Amino acid sequence: MKEKIKAILEKYQIDATRLIDILHEVMDEFGFISAETITLLSNDLRISEAQVKETISFYHFFSDKPRAKYNVFLNNSITSCLRGFEHVKEAFEIESGVKFGNVSEDGLIGLYVTSCIGMNDQGPAAIINDKIFTNLTPYRAKEIIKGIKQGKKVEELIYEANGDGNNAHPLMNTMIINNIRRKSLLLDDNYEKFEVTKNLISKYSPQEIIQIVEESNLRGRGGAGFPTGLKWKFGSKMPGEHRVIICNADEGEPGTFKDRVILTQYNDLVFEGMVIAAYATAADMGVLYLRYEYRYMLEFLNSQLDYMRNNNLLGNSINGIKDFNFDIRIQLGAGAYICGEESALIESMEGKRGEPRDKPPFPVERGYLNYPTIVNNVETLASAVRIIKNGAEWYKTFGTSDSLGTKLLSVSGDCRFPGIYEVEWGVSIKEVLDMAGAENVQAVQVGGPSGTLVNVQDKENHSKTDLMKWYKPSGMMASRKAYDRKISYSDMATGGSIIIFNKSRDILHDVVMNFMDFFIEESCGSCSTCRNLPYIMKQKLLKIINGHGVREDIDDLLNWGKIIKVSRCGLGQTAANPILSSILNFRHLYEEHVKAMTDYDNQFELADSVSAANSFVGRKFIHHNS
Amino acid sequence: MSDTCKFKIDGKEIIAKKGQTILEAAKENGVFIPTLCNFTGVKPKGSCRICSVKINDRFMTSCTTPVAAGMEVESNTEEISDLRKSIIELLFVSGNHFCPSCEKSGNCELQALGYRYQMMVPRFPYSFDKKNVVATGPKLLKDQDRCIKCQRCMKTIKDDEGKRYYAFKNRGRDLEVVMDEEMSKTITDELAKEAMENCPVGSIIYKGVGFSEPIGTRKYDKQPIGSLIETN
Repeated sequence: MKEKIKAILEKYQIDATRLIDILHEVMDEFGFISAETITLLSNDLRISEAQVKETISFYHFFSDKPRAKYNVFLNNSITSCLRGFEHVKEAFEIESGVKFGNVSEDGLIGLYVTSCIGMNDQGPAAIINDKIFTNLTPYRAKEIIKGIKQGKKVEELIYEANGDGNNAHPLMNTMIINNIRRKSLLLDDNYEKFEVTKNLISKYSPQEIIQIVEESNLRGRGGAGFPTGLKWKFGSKMPGEHRVIICNADEGEPGTFKDRVILTQYNDLVFEGMVIAAYATAADMGVLYLRYEYRYMLEFLNSQLDYMRNNNLLGNSINGIKDFNFDIRIQLGAGAYICGEESALIESMEGKRGEPRDKPPFPVERGYLNYPTIVNNVETLASAVRIIKNGAEWYKTFGTSDSLGTKLLSVSGDCRFPGIYEVEWGVSIKEVLDMAGAENVQAVQVGGPSGTLVNVQDKENHSKTDLMKWYKPSGMMASRKAYDRKISYSDMATGGSIIIFNKSRDILHDVVMNFMDFFIEESCGSCSTCRNLPYIMKQKLLKIINGHGVREDIDDLLNWGKIIKVSRCGLGQTAANPILSSILNFRHLYEEHVKAMTDYDNQFELADSVSAANSFVGRKFIHHNS
Repeated sequence: MSDTCKFKIDGKEIIAKKGQTILEAAKENGVFIPTLCNFTGVKPKGSCRICSVKINDRFMTSCTTPVAAGMEVESNTEEISDLRKSIIELLFVSGNHFCPSCEKSGNCELQALGYRYQMMVPRFPYSFDKKNVVATGPKLLKDQDRCIKCQRCMKTIKDDEGKRYYAFKNRGRDLEVVMDEEMSKTITDELAKEAMENCPVGSIIYKGVGFSEPIGTRKYDKQPIGSLIETN
């Protein structure tokens, strides 16, 4: 064992900043990270054992306790729940005889629940030993467990055909379906791969490339919308021994799966986008941070990188351009939503907990290993390739004046055609619902749990009170004419998650509670506010749902929602949004639950509370004042 | 070029050295901004959020934000004071803080801030989570009921190689600050006392001595928190 650990450590130059990779190798080799291993790692990496455990205990897919031979990670995101998560979960438990969160006594089967795995269009889905199982039903769950008990390999448990496109590639071999429903300029198959690197970039100076991207007004497609050209410009001017381009492929916002599809079908564009960014900013290090849930793509993506290296599209003097040296490695995440935040992602890449950094300094100033670092989303980088190929003027003919180009929407939930829709910016919510074949719609969650819950009914809202006014600057305006609201940076900016709920859904109990649980699970815990408040607010919501709420509770929730806005990162600042947004747009649901519209909480009904005891001893309850 | 700059906190002119944080500059100019996680000499992390101020209508933590000439900072407003009070309350309800029986009472920064911001009944319900006291090490015990996860011990208590005695465990609501079991066996007396000293609350306690200084005569019993800064 010692030899194996030594070999793993040496593979990563005994470098503590590569702890995530080291722990992955240990997990693969031994199935868990034992106390003995932790001691060995601590000694050689020169960090304390507590520090090693700090990283292990942060990530969902690391464990210091033995895991099973077959580990089932069932996804509990909202669309999974809408499509029978509970029944599937029950079937797994009954057939295996194990409760979720545990490993069977013989060490064969372990059952775990996990946050969104990027399969919202084909849930409920599970990851079993890194293989993805989609469209699960109780029947399929039972078949899987039976197969495991018969000693079948994971590959043999999949009896469905492979999915479409590259999902059927021998290195992928997965049943996942792309579900591309609408293509435009980005999802366009009519192009020659890597032609920009081969034929175009050498015609431009790095400054000219940045200028074209700036003119195209390309903005970050992960959701925040920071101008990409500006980011490249800042990065290119920062002094540093190395400069780093990171592609953020840690899409974790529940309901998004666009990066999954881009990486499956158009990963050449993503890698080429990184090469262009490197050329423009004179960067020499490239990293694609791939969320652990997409590990099934790892080999496939690495084969693409090998192809690029073999064709001088990566490496030294790329395509003959003197001094243009750049390579890309893939960094695997380990299961933490917060690592989608760029500075948390960088911390994770350095082998630490994914805890967001204070800004300033921003990553472009001091990022990965303190080098100037440019972090771009998968979709942003792919779009940049199209822009350099066809020019900024061409790009400007798509979208609206404030939001140029197209956006990939990941549509899921109650609709006939869940999947990926590439739309021009400025499309209205109504158009999206029509495209997806959604009927009887009650609500649409735009931008995932951290976004806005839109009420398509246009109920009269209560935006006149002072409390409501406060929420305006945060971009969470109560929706009027929600149907006509547009997906754009000036109206509803989004990373592209669209989840549809029909009229049969219980918004508070099923949707809002699920989202709050998500934020409670995924908070890094660093800020006092985000560590504690979401839980307290969820308990208050539960009180209201259970019929014990009073009107003041609704105001409390709105007031408390302000406090959380001082948290360090986007997760913290938006962790109360499911509640705030639903109060703003579905206040009537809260008021229906609030007890007889009373203002004060009288805690309990005396007569009701003692009735059981009274009947037991055969006594009558008498009100003295009645 | 001069290496100082001027800016304003609540209208008061502050003269600061360039590169200083707002918090440091405020302190030198007699303006008290509360903090629980900041510690002189180590890189700030901005995790307690209590030093939040408003600049251009945006909340920023004053312990991590460098000063800039002409900046106008809001700190002692009704809104921000209530925000700070709410964070103090949040820390109280999410732990189990029983001041009368705590060795740090009177030397505790959380308690002192509770007084300063006149916390009465917290607006949030108490969670009364069951937490542990870990007392396996020879010199120190770690009372998780009182820990506010400020990271001061994690940042300041290290061995010669830079290995940390304290580290986080888990995440979110389950987050804990734990001591390295092996290292706790060999910690020096001096460092153990420093660990207790640096802890703003009573979560790290040096074993063997208790209440050697009577309650009522301790640091914040004599001087309310912040008063020394404000009289300077």
